[in-house]
Amino acid sequence: MFEIDWNILLPSLVVAGLVLVVLCVDIIRPDNKGGVSGYLSLLGVGVAIWVSLSLWGRSPTHGLGGMLFLDNYALFFNLIILAGTGLTIFVSTGFLEREEGGRSEYYLLILAATLGMMLMAAGADLIVIFLGIELMSIALYILVGFFRRRTDSNEGSMKYLLLGAFATGFLLYGIALVYGSTGTTNLREIELAVAQGRVYTHPMLLGGVALLIVGFAFKVSAVPFHMWAPDVYQGAPTAITGFMSAGPKAAAFAAFFRVMVASLGDLSGDWSGAIWMLAALTMTVGNLGALSQRNIKRMLAYSSVAHAGYVLVALVAANERGIAGGVFYLLAYAFMNIGAFAVIVALGRKGDENLEISGYAGVGFRHPGIGLAMTLFMVSLAGLPPTAGFFGKFQIFSAAVEAGYIWLTVIGVLNSLVSVYFYLGVVVSMYMRQPVGQAHAVSMTPFARVALLTASLGTLYIGLAPTSLLQMARQTVSALL
Amino acid sequence: METAVFYVLATIAVASAVLLVLFRNPVYSALSLVATLFAVAGLFVLLNAYFLAAVQIIVYAGAVMVLFLFVIMLLNLGHSEALESTVGRYRLTGVIFLCALLVAQLTAVGTRQLRGPVAENEALRTENVQTLGKLLYTDFLFPFEVASIILLVALIGVVVLVKRETPETT
Repeated sequence: MFEIDWNILLPSLVVAGLVLVVLCVDIIRPDNKGGVSGYLSLLGVGVAIWVSLSLWGRSPTHGLGGMLFLDNYALFFNLIILAGTGLTIFVSTGFLEREEGGRSEYYLLILAATLGMMLMAAGADLIVIFLGIELMSIALYILVGFFRRRTDSNEGSMKYLLLGAFATGFLLYGIALVYGSTGTTNLREIELAVAQGRVYTHPMLLGGVALLIVGFAFKVSAVPFHMWAPDVYQGAPTAITGFMSAGPKAAAFAAFFRVMVASLGDLSGDWSGAIWMLAALTMTVGNLGALSQRNIKRMLAYSSVAHAGYVLVALVAANERGIAGGVFYLLAYAFMNIGAFAVIVALGRKGDENLEISGYAGVGFRHPGIGLAMTLFMVSLAGLPPTAGFFGKFQIFSAAVEAGYIWLTVIGVLNSLVSVYFYLGVVVSMYMRQPVGQAHAVSMTPFARVALLTASLGTLYIGLAPTSLLQMARQTVSALL
Repeated sequence: METAVFYVLATIAVASAVLLVLFRNPVYSALSLVATLFAVAGLFVLLNAYFLAAVQIIVYAGAVMVLFLFVIMLLNLGHSEALESTVGRYRLTGVIFLCALLVAQLTAVGTRQLRGPVAENEALRTENVQTLGKLLYTDFLFPFEVASIILLVALIGVVVLVKRETPETT
């Protein structure tokens, strides 16, 4: 038997307990329509954030039979994931009442997905990472199809499930091949086996690494494994689309970075070329795809593909600055993207979600606050100063230059320029187009206002005063290199 | 001997997996999946993983496949005439199962010593079930618990997707 260090388990335990509490509340008060569960979930997420912060800065440990890490890297991702979850719950309260009448399973599933993500960020064993991915994915499949009466919601859920199951197969086969060649699924022991050359056959290991890359690339929606993203993002309930683009993407990158850099870092000569191609393709296809979109959710889906490409650049660089930059960028992305989706939720109405970009004409004058917030998020997504997006991209690209990947940086910067066109297209539509038809009253719940305000302030704060957060991001790197 | 058995089983597994995809009739596909599962169970036996082989047959080839067939037949995916005209083919598939089962049993009896697996795994060397149980509740306790949460979430998910909505929300 092993001693259980409860600190290692604590953040996940809080969220797991929260899942069960919310489940019980649902049974005791089935008529609460998710109201009580929503407040409870928020409270619990707050506690989990506090726990993660209080564990910050300790020397890295691992435990539970070598299954979980407790290090700054995992804790930083916990913060990203929990921030995403918290903001999503804030956005969801009014949204659920408006759209279909809330059910508290909604919050339970969000929390279960959150638990899965935290396990992905903290997993010290491929098995735990795999189980975390599955826990997150199963909850997301259901959340995407949560609006059962809508065909696009069902379609998105079905596509996501089928392609997700397919990708899971790749991931699992990759894990099996890595296990077959190194004799272990433990990340630290894989690192040792690779470093000491205790590998059964090298081609088998490389085959495993290739399949792992395919599996992870699907989860982060990198080209050419991105085909699900536009349909799923469009079909999912809008609040869930925002949720999916922040936390799950960050968690998938957390596991991806940890596996590739910490465990398989000695093989970087073999895999960095493949990731280079993935990064270049993902940025280019994502941004070019977003150019022609008329539907804002679809446009943001392609944009999220493109942003996965930027973070992959950080993985190619795989140096201290790159990893810190990637981690930092994922935090910034969570705030700006959920913020953008909060605006979309706010501008929708029951039965008419108002998703055409042309429908945003005049919003800037009718609803100055919302217009200003949306402008901020779009500018940040485009990567213009003084926002969070600019600083994150700057970190990543300078890391790539430092590591000598000049061409990849050039491709990335050119892509950023392209992206300015479609992000600012939304702003142009809001401020410079004549609105057609009646103005609609926008009713935001206080919670949705808080979410929008938090996301805006977060985006601004990260852009204007990035030093302390960047310092935190730098402290995570030692877990990997 | 083991090598020969391995190749026979592997060929059956791969061939029926290919057939699974090629068959137009979903019932055939389901049945070739059974053949694949049996062949894989045989491979587990070759690796001395008897427990895994038994679980594979009971859970996958048994329970899961019955569920598959039920769904296929309830949804009437296999055209009825196709079903009737191909009863003869069932026999062929049956023979394949039987062969797979036979091979599996023969290998279980016939093979004792095998070249050790690359990964020295305690569960494969000694008393299968005991070691497996012990590992599940010690080294792999945490993943085991996580798996139980996954099952819980999947269960809730099914309820969410099929539950009748209360009148006032419609």
